[in-house]
Amino acid sequence: MIHSLFLINAAGDIFLEKHWKSAVSRSVCDYFFEAQERASEAENVPPVIPTPHHYLLSVYRHRIFFVAVIQSEVPPLFVIEFLHRVVDTFQDYFGVCSEVVIKDNVVVVYEVLEEMLDNGFPLATESNILKELIKPPTILRTVVNTITGSTNVGDQLPTGQLSVVPWRRTGVKYTNNEAYFDVIEEIDAIIDKSGSTITAEIQGVIDACVKLTGMPDLTLSFMNPRLLDDVSFHPCVRFKRWESERILSFIPPDGNFRLLSYHVSAQNLVAIPVYVKHNISFRDSSSLGRFEITVGPKQTMGKTVEGVMVTSQMPKGVLNMSLTPSQGTHTFDPVTKLLSWDVGKINPQKLPSLKGTMSLQAGASKPDENPTINLQFKIQQLAISGLKVNRLDMYGEKYKPFKGIKYMTKAGKFQVRT
Amino acid sequence: MSTSQAYNEEKGGSSSLGEPEYGHDPASGGIFSSDYKRHDDLKEMLDSNKDSLKLEAMKRIVAMIARGKNASDLFPAVVKNVACKNIEVKKLVYVYLVRYAEEQQDLALLSISTFQRGLKDPNQLIRASALRVLSSIRVPIIVPIMMLAIKEAASDMSPYVRKTAAHAIPKLYSLDSDQKDQLIEVIEKLLADKTTLVAGSVVMAFEEVCPERIDLIHKNYRKLCNLLIDVEEWGQVVIINMLTRYARTQFLSPNQNESLLEENAEKAFYGSDEEDAKDDKTETASLVKRKPYVMDPDHRLLLRNTKPLLQSRNAAVVMAVAQLYFHLAPKAEVGVIAKALVRLLRSHSEVQYVVLQNVATMSIKRRGMFEPYLKSFYIRSTDPTQIKILKLEVLTNLANETNISTILREFQTYIRSMDKDFVAATIQAIGRCATNIGKVRDTCLNGLVQLLSNRDELVVAESVVVIKKLLQMQPSQHSEIIKHMAKLTDNIQVPMARASILWLIGEYCEHVPKIAPDVLRKMAKSFTNEEDIVKLQVINLAAKLYLTNSKQSKLLTQYVLNLAKYDQNYDIRDRARFIRQLIVPTEKSGALNKYAKKLFLAQKPAPILESSFKDRDHFQLGSLSHLLNAKAVGYQELPDWPDEAPDPSVRNVEVPEWTKCTSREKRKEKVEKPFYSDSEGESGPTESADSEPESVSESESESGSGTESGSGSGSEEEEEESGDQSEEEEKEKKKKKKKKEKELPRKASLESMGSSPSEEEEEGKKAKKKKPQHDRKGGSESSSEEGSVSESSSSESDSGSDAEDSQLETETKRRKMPPSSKPAPKAAKKGTKEISLLDLDDFTPPPPLPTSSSSLVSSSLVTDLEGLTLIDTSLASTVISPVFSSVKTYELLHRMTGEGLSVEYYFSRQPFAPDPHMVAVQIQFSNNTDSEVKNVRISEPKLLSGMRVQEFKEIESLAPGETTSVVMGIDFCDSTQAANFQLCTHTRQFYGAIQPPVGELMAPVFMSENEFKKEQGKLTGMSEITEKLTLPETCQSDHTIVQRVTSAANVSRVPCGADNEYRFAAKTVTSGSLVLITLEKKEGALAQLTVNSEKMVIGTMLVKDIIQALTQ
Repeated sequence: MIHSLFLINAAGDIFLEKHWKSAVSRSVCDYFFEAQERASEAENVPPVIPTPHHYLLSVYRHRIFFVAVIQSEVPPLFVIEFLHRVVDTFQDYFGVCSEVVIKDNVVVVYEVLEEMLDNGFPLATESNILKELIKPPTILRTVVNTITGSTNVGDQLPTGQLSVVPWRRTGVKYTNNEAYFDVIEEIDAIIDKSGSTITAEIQGVIDACVKLTGMPDLTLSFMNPRLLDDVSFHPCVRFKRWESERILSFIPPDGNFRLLSYHVSAQNLVAIPVYVKHNISFRDSSSLGRFEITVGPKQTMGKTVEGVMVTSQMPKGVLNMSLTPSQGTHTFDPVTKLLSWDVGKINPQKLPSLKGTMSLQAGASKPDENPTINLQFKIQQLAISGLKVNRLDMYGEKYKPFKGIKYMTKAGKFQVRT
Repeated sequence: MSTSQAYNEEKGGSSSLGEPEYGHDPASGGIFSSDYKRHDDLKEMLDSNKDSLKLEAMKRIVAMIARGKNASDLFPAVVKNVACKNIEVKKLVYVYLVRYAEEQQDLALLSISTFQRGLKDPNQLIRASALRVLSSIRVPIIVPIMMLAIKEAASDMSPYVRKTAAHAIPKLYSLDSDQKDQLIEVIEKLLADKTTLVAGSVVMAFEEVCPERIDLIHKNYRKLCNLLIDVEEWGQVVIINMLTRYARTQFLSPNQNESLLEENAEKAFYGSDEEDAKDDKTETASLVKRKPYVMDPDHRLLLRNTKPLLQSRNAAVVMAVAQLYFHLAPKAEVGVIAKALVRLLRSHSEVQYVVLQNVATMSIKRRGMFEPYLKSFYIRSTDPTQIKILKLEVLTNLANETNISTILREFQTYIRSMDKDFVAATIQAIGRCATNIGKVRDTCLNGLVQLLSNRDELVVAESVVVIKKLLQMQPSQHSEIIKHMAKLTDNIQVPMARASILWLIGEYCEHVPKIAPDVLRKMAKSFTNEEDIVKLQVINLAAKLYLTNSKQSKLLTQYVLNLAKYDQNYDIRDRARFIRQLIVPTEKSGALNKYAKKLFLAQKPAPILESSFKDRDHFQLGSLSHLLNAKAVGYQELPDWPDEAPDPSVRNVEVPEWTKCTSREKRKEKVEKPFYSDSEGESGPTESADSEPESVSESESESGSGTESGSGSGSEEEEEESGDQSEEEEKEKKKKKKKKEKELPRKASLESMGSSPSEEEEEGKKAKKKKPQHDRKGGSESSSEEGSVSESSSSESDSGSDAEDSQLETETKRRKMPPSSKPAPKAAKKGTKEISLLDLDDFTPPPPLPTSSSSLVSSSLVTDLEGLTLIDTSLASTVISPVFSSVKTYELLHRMTGEGLSVEYYFSRQPFAPDPHMVAVQIQFSNNTDSEVKNVRISEPKLLSGMRVQEFKEIESLAPGETTSVVMGIDFCDSTQAANFQLCTHTRQFYGAIQPPVGELMAPVFMSENEFKKEQGKLTGMSEITEKLTLPETCQSDHTIVQRVTSAANVSRVPCGADNEYRFAAKTVTSGSLVLITLEKKEGALAQLTVNSEKMVIGTMLVKDIIQALTQ
């Protein structure tokens, strides 16, 4: 399975290597660098690169390439999914996953990697188990460790691996028992020039933060479970119960986890909460172009649209832009040609707009493409699909937990073509 | 921030002063000697007595390893610390060892003994980690030690250690492939393991060591299918992939019988697919000879059990199931995977990349599947280019006459994109749509021609290439376009495009007679500067023009050929020489010259523009080989369906197969409920290992798989017949014995009453069927007493189950009772009859049997299910050996009535080995006569329904004055009803009855205080009985109280924080319901006794008994 792992930063330095079988020379990464050079951008590096003796499978996250070396047939998704799991684990351990953090915690990273794979085959990938084996560093613990010489390695033996609920730590204790659920929906949409929706779908997740003592058994029911016809679950969810009753019943992992993700597909009608009016025109003869964007709320169910952010990749021919926003701030980077406009809240009485001119390369003919506008926004207290949690019950423990639920709608990949 | 700067500053190997711990190796610059000094530092630290120093040193060393620095010279210093007490130091030493042992084999041997010691450790986790490190040290000398360790670990009682053993197998195999045969034996053994923890790892080992030994899977196939949902996600992927291959060898193609009609309909609908035509032929041929297809139930089982995994959060699992369905499912069912795959498209771009590759392949074969999701493949400007191109591929594959207009409109937007590679791909996609769908060919061509005036050269070039291919299909109507393209030669520089234009002009020079020679003139001028492919086409153009229009082009052709003659490229020189001979008539080359025109101007077939993903599905989807479209190392071919199905009975599992497992293993491996498995898997393990297969299938209504007798013996039918016979007999006997029955004690109405006679009969029938199985079991297990401690499902499973589960559990419990009846068929008959006449019953009537819709799951499968267990855990409560206090002896037969033979019995409180649902009764015979008593045995037990008796072996003879004792097992069905039977000797028969005190109907169970409280919380209300009492003076001390309670009932003490409280726990022997006892001392001698149990009757009686015991 997975032979070795190399971590490569944006500058092309291998800053960490780990081998689970005989060491593979780091020169194998030269093939990767070659491919990286060929691909203009980092995200265009092919995830699978065959070399004469090995295969390199890589993922790119947080400006780091995680390159796994394998030697024989293995489902590529198996490796890719695992690498993503590694990144998630690092993030979980250190808060962020960056080169600096990994280097600072190189020993913990190494210990974690050692536990995650045995001979290249995943052994423990549940973060709850890993945290039992190797405690994540905290400032307090670092201080204590330096003074007392104690360690990050858990001293009690991790029994979680042996339990029926491998995702949950044993002996969890909290003084405040609380369970929070965030229903977050992202709208992916493509809007065409005339403002009509080409495709729109909702990608929803329920993220949970559960801090409950003991072995609580939770059930979560929905007002309208029919919406969820395309779902994937955390392994803790009892699938059969869902099939028969449309109720989520589970013993939660301790801490933060993604309970389920769902997908409301393009076939359903999706409400689009904002609209963009745009007028971007280049003239053939003149070296000036007109640029005008207005953003307004559409179907927001009475909620305010906030955190609005407009970005657009302008054509290469655009040298500079002189724009005036009616609210918020805007920047234009003449090198990358990226225009971004931080709008903030949308006030329905006074719609935000950005107007001005673009100066084009003199002499060159007008660009034949129009820029796409990418939109970001947030709407609090609203799940655009209409999903609503009915109730949350707890069994198996006697105390009364504090329960909370939050809804939010965000823009996912929201694009307006012009 | 300073550290981060430091990191950024230093490149590759150089070290900066800011971080000394990274700069230890000699190669990293700095002065040589000082480096050695620093290594000496490390050695010194490792040699010190302080753990903190050792730790610091090890951390630095590991940091060096992580950065790829060589730290091997520290090996002797590090290996010394392998036995260090500090866990973190030890772990880091392991990391070091595994990395460098290969290079320092001799020194590495020093550490082996530590691990060997670790392998014997009582703690399973330490055993496992010792094996893990030992097997990771790649030192060939220790191969025998490793082999031994693996073998031993493979039969370890801890599933975690067995899992580690499975992991170690491929390691050893890669070290020494000569061990293969022995390793296969271990794999075979581990494949038979019933725990989910082991399943994934052993299949992984199987795939690495002996993927060709498909025969090892047969016996475990059903088990693997059923365990699948509870296996950890990585194991699932491996198992599913392996099972896909397995199924391809063992089952028939589910699509072989698609009727011709359907096939044609589909074809018409989706336009012309060449492959369909091929399919058709084979289909017609095959249809003639094939019998109607019936899917093998095992095939169906696989499909059904993998389907829920489409909902997994792990993309690899979803993909594995998708490929399984694609390769194995009937056409009509494959569609379910589309939704899940489309969902994966929201994931990280690497996941998208792989998924799209597979979707591209699938969409060629089964276009209809993804058509509803067309819009999910629309491209966003923010997608990475490689994703865009794959999405285009899918969109093109999905295009048909109905959706082509929408797709083309999308393509139009794409062409204006800033990403030029993507635009080029779009143009090719348009070309493909145009070739595939005749209706839009002209529209596409016009659109492409417009692109010829695009400012971007790449776009134009790509369009030219595509137009060339399109024009070839109908050149005559398009001379305008050819003219337009001829003009482009002045501007366009991309070689491929130039070559394409030249070829077009040459091929259709008759349509553009005026322009062609002029183009040749221009090309001749620039010939030397052209790329090779362009030069070749110039020569071609010249040759063709010479043949059609020699007047205008003769000289030009000569000129071009002369230039080519001295070209650097030998291809071009060859071509020129060849063509000159062919077209220019000389004396020698007369023969071929005549045919030159035919050769050059022959009608050429139009190229077929097809997807690069076509036919990729001969690789198993989702595999690396499929992604690369080349066979990867170690790829296992996906076999073709067999023509004749191999014998399906190889997957049948004999019952003894699983009872055989070692007693040691069984003892520890408490049966645990698989956490979330639905379908059969769920109820299976709830039962004890010895439970009845019926209850398994019954409780599974949805599966529809219940064949009611799952005894696994092949003689199912015969048994059923005999059951029918006995029914009739029963009726007859009923009448006769009616009177007698009425005299039976009426207190039998314990829980519920009233079960219809027909149900009783069913029970009888079942009881009969039961018999052979029990007999067999008794035989195979009686040797090991411990073998049966593995029952008692409920408490463990409760710990992880919710309301529904426990409901289900009680249900299964209820159902479990009826079938448990006496082994002797005769006795069973009587028992059932009695009840049906009395019309009262201890037990709730069994629910009607689900009609076994078809024998989808064969009987042996059901038995298979019983054996399934999850991993065991040290946390869950365990049934433990009874706490022994004073033994009360009861008299069965007095010396006087027995004519000298006296019989006494007591409850030994030992688990009854052959059947865990039985209470063991120790019977003591003493012969007080002066003659021998022979043939002491039990006959004609009269039992209430559900009760069973396991007779003791007949005592052949009992000498005068001698005493002997035997054990018999009685399943009282958790009631205090007496078991009546006759005790026979060679001369006489005596009537005997054994009535258990309620306290003997349970077995002690160990649980922690928390578990106790939790369980107690579930058993409130009706299930709770509280009584106040006053403790007499003689019974105040802790010791006496505990002793009295334990003597009254077979319970075990539960640790308790408060010192005025006593807790005890047990579970009933038959149904495994928990019985929880709490005794709370109050002020003075007052106390309160609480019993929590689902079985209210038992609870009430127990309260009475305990109070009596305490107050006497």
